[in-house]
Amino acid sequence: MTVTRPARIGLRVIALAYLALLLLLPVGLVFEKTFAQGLSSVWTALSTPAAISAFWLTVEIGVIAVVANTVFGVVCALVLVRGRGRARWLLDVVIEVPFVISPVIVGLSLILVYGTTGWFGKWLAVHGIAVIFNPLGMILATVFVSLPFVVREVAPVLREVGIEQEEAAATLGASRLQTFLRVTLPSIRWGLAYGIVLTTARALGEFGAVLIVSGNIAGKTQTLPLLVDTRFYNFDSTGAYTAGALLAAISIFVLLIMTVTAPDRRRL
Amino acid sequence: MAISLHDVHKSFGDFKAVDGVSLEVPEGSLSALLGPSGSGKSTLLRLIAGLEQPDHGEIAIGGDPALAVPPQRRGIGFVFQHYAAFKHMTVRDNVAFGLSVRRRPKAEIRERVDELLGIVGLSGYADRYPSQLSGGQRQRMALARALAVKPRVLLLDEPFGALDANVRAELRSWLRGLHDDLGVTTLIVTHDQEEAMEVADQVVIMRAGRVEQAGAPREVYRRPANDWVMGFLGPVSRIGASLVRPHEVSLSLEPEDDAVEAMVSRVIHLGSQVRVELELAGGGEAHAQLTPEQADELELGRSDIVYLRAPAAAVALSV
Repeated sequence: MTVTRPARIGLRVIALAYLALLLLLPVGLVFEKTFAQGLSSVWTALSTPAAISAFWLTVEIGVIAVVANTVFGVVCALVLVRGRGRARWLLDVVIEVPFVISPVIVGLSLILVYGTTGWFGKWLAVHGIAVIFNPLGMILATVFVSLPFVVREVAPVLREVGIEQEEAAATLGASRLQTFLRVTLPSIRWGLAYGIVLTTARALGEFGAVLIVSGNIAGKTQTLPLLVDTRFYNFDSTGAYTAGALLAAISIFVLLIMTVTAPDRRRL
Repeated sequence: MAISLHDVHKSFGDFKAVDGVSLEVPEGSLSALLGPSGSGKSTLLRLIAGLEQPDHGEIAIGGDPALAVPPQRRGIGFVFQHYAAFKHMTVRDNVAFGLSVRRRPKAEIRERVDELLGIVGLSGYADRYPSQLSGGQRQRMALARALAVKPRVLLLDEPFGALDANVRAELRSWLRGLHDDLGVTTLIVTHDQEEAMEVADQVVIMRAGRVEQAGAPREVYRRPANDWVMGFLGPVSRIGASLVRPHEVSLSLEPEDDAVEAMVSRVIHLGSQVRVELELAGGGEAHAQLTPEQADELELGRSDIVYLRAPAAAVALSV
């Protein structure tokens, strides 16, 4: 489609203004507010025991959720695209569930299953496993809400790459594992990388589901998003913005690494 | 190594892709599986490679039953129509793949890859990626990759199907030369009659999952097993009760015994030959192929009446 010069400039202005108003300005203001009271107050807000605990808990849950969903996502994509089972459509639909269900519902449903009065509640209590109001429950909630991203990014790439290279590897004597590591994995790497970034972002930022199952106990089950919320409602705006900026910085850092290491994907 | 198949069947759902094929590919030969699309020739090749499992039947490579052996250990080299190049690897790593998964010493791999790149004429391209090669070069790389592990048999699935006509013709004769040098038993799938005739010692003609005829190119062309094979191998004209090749039709301006009357509808000069399109008096169409000299002598023009005769040895119609 050819576009005249004024129309092209007009489109650019609209696109940039849209991005600026909805994305750059709000996020930028968070950083601006963070540093408005000076560096010492930023340091104070970051070095409280609650903030340090929230930071590490967020990272810990994030890493576990990303690793779990990366492994699950790749296996699941392989089953969906390369499998021959007739029930694959069912798996395909079930994977979408976390996308369509509100995170708050996810939290509530986890309580119904793993809470003290839930299905597995008694069994878990007898065996001394605490899920709800504990990091384990928060991990479950985070894994749940960030589950579809890797599958959804990897499956189409796998489909597009096709099966021929894998067949060629087999005829050349490669075992299934060798074929996966040397042929399949390298061909899906950019899709996988993008899926991991999205999973990371979702896992770090999850609020609703984690809020319900964590009980939001400072120093114990409080992640950065929960800390931001708590501080905000306690009129500690600098503290809230600082925690928020830290959260945003982690996500931007992950996105940046992906952009730098995967130049191919950015080519338009 | 010889390949032998006995009563092999393979269906996909209700579709019988291979329907009772028995076949011998002699050791050291270059055989072609020739047939229209959907005739089961590619499926047959994939069955030999172990990329598909037959529903029924036996396959042996070099006398050893192959069905219980996975593709990794069948000792085959397979070349795909669309190259199946490992896109994220250089040409060198592509060719080295089979040796490297076998954990051979680095020096040995290097030496063998250099040797093969020389054979396929890609010596200067070792550090390129497949995307930086032309289609013909990619297919030669794929062939080097398949040959690197010293396969007992080489299987090629429409290897030149995705290439331009002139590259195809060039690679075809190159492949024949390579086969003569290396002597690896080779089976090539193609839907191109000319390709099969040009490269193969044995042509196996397939239709609807079955083998219609197998034999030397000359033999199947001269003595087709049936009308369908004859029609599939080249243009045919139907003169009376006979099927003949257009260049075998003799044309005369005078009526003769047992000649069929026809009217010229078009005369096309194609350089080394002249194609005469005809409407037969009894209904139906035919065409004859003449040399320019013959055409000049007859001075044929549109609407001329001519008399056609088939040679005595023509295939009688099996009605």
